[in-house]
Amino acid sequence: MELKDFEKSLKRLEEIVGKLEDGELTLEDSLKLFEEGTKLSKSCEKQLNQAQRKVEMLVKDEDGELQEVPFEVDGEEPGGSS
Amino acid sequence: MVLMKQQRFLFGDSPSSETPEEDRQPIAEPVDQAPQDKVPGRKEIKPDQQEPEIFSVSQIVNRIKFSMEKQFSEIWIQGEISNLRIAPSGHCYLTLKDAGSQISAVCFKAGLNRLKFDPEDGLEVVARGKISVYAPRGQMQLIVDTMEPVGHGALQLAFEQLKEKLAKEGLFDSAAKKPLPQLPSRVGIVTSPTGAAIQDILRVLKRRNDRVDILIFPTRVQGDSAAREISRGIRELNRRGGLDVIIIGRGGGSLEDLWPFNEEIVARAVYDSNIPIISAVGHEIDFSISDFVADLRAPTPSAAAEMVAGARSELVDRLEHLRSRIIRAVGFRIQQKREAHSRLISRRGFLDTHSRLAMISQRLDELALRLNSAAGQLIPPLKTSLGQLEKALPLSVAHYMRKSRSEWENLENKLNAFSPLNVLKRGYSIVNSESTGELVRDPMQVEDGERIVVTVSKGSFTARRE
Repeated sequence: MELKDFEKSLKRLEEIVGKLEDGELTLEDSLKLFEEGTKLSKSCEKQLNQAQRKVEMLVKDEDGELQEVPFEVDGEEPGGSS
Repeated sequence: MVLMKQQRFLFGDSPSSETPEEDRQPIAEPVDQAPQDKVPGRKEIKPDQQEPEIFSVSQIVNRIKFSMEKQFSEIWIQGEISNLRIAPSGHCYLTLKDAGSQISAVCFKAGLNRLKFDPEDGLEVVARGKISVYAPRGQMQLIVDTMEPVGHGALQLAFEQLKEKLAKEGLFDSAAKKPLPQLPSRVGIVTSPTGAAIQDILRVLKRRNDRVDILIFPTRVQGDSAAREISRGIRELNRRGGLDVIIIGRGGGSLEDLWPFNEEIVARAVYDSNIPIISAVGHEIDFSISDFVADLRAPTPSAAAEMVAGARSELVDRLEHLRSRIIRAVGFRIQQKREAHSRLISRRGFLDTHSRLAMISQRLDELALRLNSAAGQLIPPLKTSLGQLEKALPLSVAHYMRKSRSEWENLENKLNAFSPLNVLKRGYSIVNSESTGELVRDPMQVEDGERIVVTVSKGSFTARRE
């Protein structure tokens, strides 16, 4: 679903770049497109980077409920189950 | 006499030494236990003489049974399975045969459940068990504890059997497979938190500098409870939702080690998953049932991580490429403008505005330079570290572009204000001497017959003074 928007943004960005490369626009129009392009690329960027590189593991708490706890990346097992 | 024998049979006994074995014979109808060891009266007839000992049928059957069980208490028999039948009780009856002989055999429910494979007719097996006699029918039989298929291991056979079964059910159909999302940002992993697989996956994602969040459902990945835990993990991650893809797997090991991923319970959980699943079990050469059911098979856990990262980096590359093109395109526009202005400036005669225009042109140069260097910077780091670039560049470029846009607008305004073109537009023209290039402000500057250049709004032409 988010990917569709992402794809759409990329398509529009391609269109903009194409127009800018044609060079048939006035400077004013170029700048307008440029601004739109910058906005689009920023929103794409944001989507690409929405993850925070969290590494978590599901561990049962005292009530037997699964909780997300940070996972130690370097091989030490955090006080987890199994 | 005949009648008597029948009666004896009916009153046949069952020696007490046999009782422990009785419960192992599920279909054995309890033989009448009347303690009638001997036919009354017979022995007393002639105590001195060596009369032949006469047994009842039950007696002899039970004796044979006793002695057989003693003698063949743990034997291995190889033969081909035929007449296999599983009774409603869950016990399994079959015949083991070879070219010359055959023997009935029974495998009780508990033993049958312990087998990794399903015994079937025509299969050559080695069965371990003891020889016994089914007293009600006086039939010799092998009571099977366990058996192994001959030729391939039990696991191998079980693998083939399950594979065939699930294929028939359509669990491997490509139509049922979900595509890997192109932009996975949340990845679930069902594996051992202490195993090699999780470390491999995390290492790859780190190396690829990939922006994904990871949620691990810790399970055992070998041993009896592993399959149950893995399938529970898949279902739990589905229940929680919010994940784009799930990787299940483990590092390399023996077929026994990898076995949980060949169990039906895991296959079903994979099939039922709404989230696409990448199965990454063992090494490249290892195929597991979960590989066949999964939406995607990765040869190794590292490869699964590469798949996740690869899908994203394709999009990242595309975006970066577009970004560098947009900057270059706008840079080119500046270049064009600058050239247009230098052409204008180089026109002889605009000396008074020349220096100012030159200054503005210089600023355009500056701008173009800065833009080009922004565009230039974009390319080399792309090769080295996409991630760093992702972080640093877009902000600075966007910021820079916002700034430069207002600068441009300023410049445009200034250029327009200073531009002689605006004067020309109103209908004025500018005259230069063709030979000296001097701006003509005084008719005395030009002699008769001298050629002049007249610049008007839309261009220029030469003329001659008369």
